[in-house]
Amino acid sequence: MNNNYTEFMNRKNEIMKKSVGLDYDKYEQKGIGFDYELMMDDQGYDIEKIRSIQNDNMVGNTPLIELKNITRYARKYARNGKGARIFLKDEAANLSGSFKARRAALAVNQAKQLGYKGVIAATSGNYGAAVAALAAKAGLKCIIVQESFDSKNISQPEILEKARKCEAYGAEVVQLSVGPELFYTFLQLLDETGYFNASLYSPYGIKGIETLGHEIANEVMKKVGKFPEAVIITNAGGGNLTGTARGLKDAGAEDTKIIAASVNLYGLHMASDIDFNKKSFTTGHTGFGIPFATYPDRSDVPRSAARPLRYMDEYIMVNQGSVFFMTEALAQLEGMERGPAGNTSLAAAFSLAQTMDDTDIIVVQETEYTGAGKHIQPQLSFARKNGVEILFGNPLDEIPGKNIILPKDGSYLKHEEISMNDLRKSYLKRHKDTELTTEDYQFLADELRITCQEVKDLL
Amino acid sequence: MDKGSYVRIRKTLLKSDERSPNLPVETSKVPYKMWVKGILQEEADLFDIVTVKTLTGRFETGRLKEFNPPYKHGYGEFIPEILKLREIIHNDMDGDSNE
Repeated sequence: MNNNYTEFMNRKNEIMKKSVGLDYDKYEQKGIGFDYELMMDDQGYDIEKIRSIQNDNMVGNTPLIELKNITRYARKYARNGKGARIFLKDEAANLSGSFKARRAALAVNQAKQLGYKGVIAATSGNYGAAVAALAAKAGLKCIIVQESFDSKNISQPEILEKARKCEAYGAEVVQLSVGPELFYTFLQLLDETGYFNASLYSPYGIKGIETLGHEIANEVMKKVGKFPEAVIITNAGGGNLTGTARGLKDAGAEDTKIIAASVNLYGLHMASDIDFNKKSFTTGHTGFGIPFATYPDRSDVPRSAARPLRYMDEYIMVNQGSVFFMTEALAQLEGMERGPAGNTSLAAAFSLAQTMDDTDIIVVQETEYTGAGKHIQPQLSFARKNGVEILFGNPLDEIPGKNIILPKDGSYLKHEEISMNDLRKSYLKRHKDTELTTEDYQFLADELRITCQEVKDLL
Repeated sequence: MDKGSYVRIRKTLLKSDERSPNLPVETSKVPYKMWVKGILQEEADLFDIVTVKTLTGRFETGRLKEFNPPYKHGYGEFIPEILKLREIIHNDMDGDSNE
């Protein structure tokens, strides 16, 4: 072990505390739990304030569009009376090109308010661009830390594009090779610079998305006179789902089903130097979605504000080929060039809508900008260069890392379900040898959205 | 390369035997590295160990890899399967009438 490495990992709590300007100890309870709602409500951001900060920053109020052609397409494979109307929230219209600007707007606002000189975020995704753009607008310095390349110095084109975009907004980009030691570099940089940790998992990072839930509830109500039956959310770290669900509920859409969707990357190891460039999606996949759902506090803050199992009704997967297929369908049928990763929930909605009534509304709650490197064309081209076969057939036969199977027609685009109870059991694994109090059971019941008795049964 | 040039450096942060435990074998066998860009602080040749001043004003030392570091990502070689995807989508929607 390297001394410096051990030293920084041991100083983790001290560095974290200084860099988020938030004392998490305040919310800790006696046993395993903490007061989640108090932590969320305690930061001085109500929905009006969030909306106003976002409005000032060209964030939010994105168009909600009915995808009539894609709905018509999905209905070709639905039984009579089935085939929900599919709506799409065009989050690419936000400053920096994704819903992540909603999160960054609050984090950067908080950093500015607390007097930090700069912000740091660890992300190889759209969040980096969002933080960089908002920091530029706020006059703060910005460092984005990316896991970027393998031991052969090969980078995912999608990640290179994000780096370029961050640099376009004046940010410094620190690019790292594959491995969880990114966190060590992140701590070192926080310590060296004294900048604010614009974590995706702080209360600000989550509260910023509540406006998205509000907008969906209100706009669907205005357009069709009811709340949507379902909102489908691409799930990775869990923040997008948590914030959207909280916003929907806060706006009164209590009965709207919250559905998580991820790209199926089963079998690929996220810390593997070899697997790193064998995947065609760097986010929105099960490699993040499942571990962060079943152990939210693995994140870069002491207590993650992203706790998806508190809100999730269903978790479904689609494969890489299906997302590429829908990315192309969105361009061909609706004239919208977006994604690909953000289209994960769209691909899932195409299949799921076929099981819902034709009077139902399903909202796909994001799109993201697309461009060089970050596009169906370079991502498939990169896959082929890395020995991944591109085939037509049944996408459910796809083996991540070996092939990408594009549906041979629309009828083959089908989702798969992940068992909610398996996820809950996996969450509870950590506590199976712990002596649990009544309060602990209640905390776990809230975490998993089940009763204390069901927690006991699962344990 | 002149002092004041914009360059990219590469630095090994942890040697393979210094890395975090519990890594997949293939990752544990290779060093943990960093790339960063900045302004070259002294005249140097490619592959020299140099210091750069980064965009936020930090100093980093590492091996000089690139001068005016290029953005190499693009749209790549065309993937003809995308043409077939388009054909499938339009046939699904409009059948033969589209041909």
